[in-house]
Amino acid sequence: MFKGRDVLSILDFSASELEQLFKKASAIKPGEKLRGKILATAFFEPSTRTRLSFETAMLKLGGSVIGVGGEEATSLAKGENLADTVRMLDSYADVIVIRHPLEGAAKLAAEVAEVPVINGGDGKQHHPTQAMVDLYTIKKEMGKIENLTIAAVGDLRYGRAVTSFLYGICKFGVEKLFLVSPPPLKPREEVLDFLKASGTEFELTQDLDKVIGEIEVLYITRIQKERFPDPSEFEKVKGSYRLTSELVEKMREDAIILHPLPKVDEIDLKVDENKRARYFQQAAYAVPVRMALLSLLLGVE
Amino acid sequence: MSGSSQELVVRKIEKGTVIDHIPAGQALNVIKILGVGGGKHTVAVVMNVDSKKYGRKDIVKVEGKELSPVEVNRIALVAPEATINVIQEYKVVKKNKVKLPERVQGIVRCTNPSCITNKPREPVVPTFKVYSRSPLLLLCEYCGNRISQEEIVKQFTG
Repeated sequence: MFKGRDVLSILDFSASELEQLFKKASAIKPGEKLRGKILATAFFEPSTRTRLSFETAMLKLGGSVIGVGGEEATSLAKGENLADTVRMLDSYADVIVIRHPLEGAAKLAAEVAEVPVINGGDGKQHHPTQAMVDLYTIKKEMGKIENLTIAAVGDLRYGRAVTSFLYGICKFGVEKLFLVSPPPLKPREEVLDFLKASGTEFELTQDLDKVIGEIEVLYITRIQKERFPDPSEFEKVKGSYRLTSELVEKMREDAIILHPLPKVDEIDLKVDENKRARYFQQAAYAVPVRMALLSLLLGVE
Repeated sequence: MSGSSQELVVRKIEKGTVIDHIPAGQALNVIKILGVGGGKHTVAVVMNVDSKKYGRKDIVKVEGKELSPVEVNRIALVAPEATINVIQEYKVVKKNKVKLPERVQGIVRCTNPSCITNKPREPVVPTFKVYSRSPLLLLCEYCGNRISQEEIVKQFTG
């Protein structure tokens, strides 16, 4: 089901395929399964967790990693196009992870490469493996993914991680979804259309305080300056949300707080110590999930 | 419109193309798409006439020109119900309805500046799924951006 596939969007995977991935992630142990296999990381945008967790996952399974870091460090700086860079990596590696500021770059890479291409984030569009990690975290921390009351908070327009999360969570069914953002950062029309088509009950709101007591999973994101087409638009909405300890105390006892990280000032540092904060655990789960994904794509049991 | 003046504007042409059943108001866009407005071709335009099928319609007649498949596809994007009549020696020798395909490839540019299809020197052909036929909306297969008929017309007509 997974062998040889490209991973471009979470929409390409069914709930049962994701369950299969999570089962494998729960059982996976370090070893030598991927000895002799090479992962190429082609990151044309900054990344800490995605890149390092993919590298860690590959190394834990005995594989090797080669990397391209930043446009300035590659032949792209000499005028080479992305397709040619990918063709080269395709001949060197068994699997490629690409991050790129332009939407659709991963799809182009997948068209050019014969080996599986994993989208490590393209523009504001998709970040499928982050969504896999997010869903896995919910499963591990809440015991289930289905029928939860969830709030997505922050930049729901330009944030690719939260967009992929919304697509992913709807595959499992949601009890109620609150989309909390200032109006300029509400989800894009295609995302809202998807939510409607999936039959998800959702509510757009600006008022986190009003809904916080109902939420079981709070997924908060950074308002990303780098994604705004107009910097003055960012100035209007920056700092719109701040999750404080006082707000967190209004949450249900069994609720959890997720964040794809990096976080800046949208979460008060004191919240890190709250038992509901699971975002560092979420970052840790990235390794087994990506170990499982690499094993499945490379056809290793 | 009187019978005699109607005959005058829709008089037969010897050779060329008659594009019929253009949605009322779209004839000038069709002319711009074909690039026949100020060139060597004789063009007749009939706008806002009665149509049994559609209520009102436009008709464009271009003398001495047969349309290429690309031109037919472009017309399908602004006039999805149009009929293309090929005329030779004053007779209709071929009559085709334009057909808006499921996918539109290489005809329209994506309007999202951060779409990979707008990056110069990448071997990528802009490709769209027809997301909605009425109103027309195309969905970029690369970046997910949607393009309206108005934006498409703007691209064709500059």
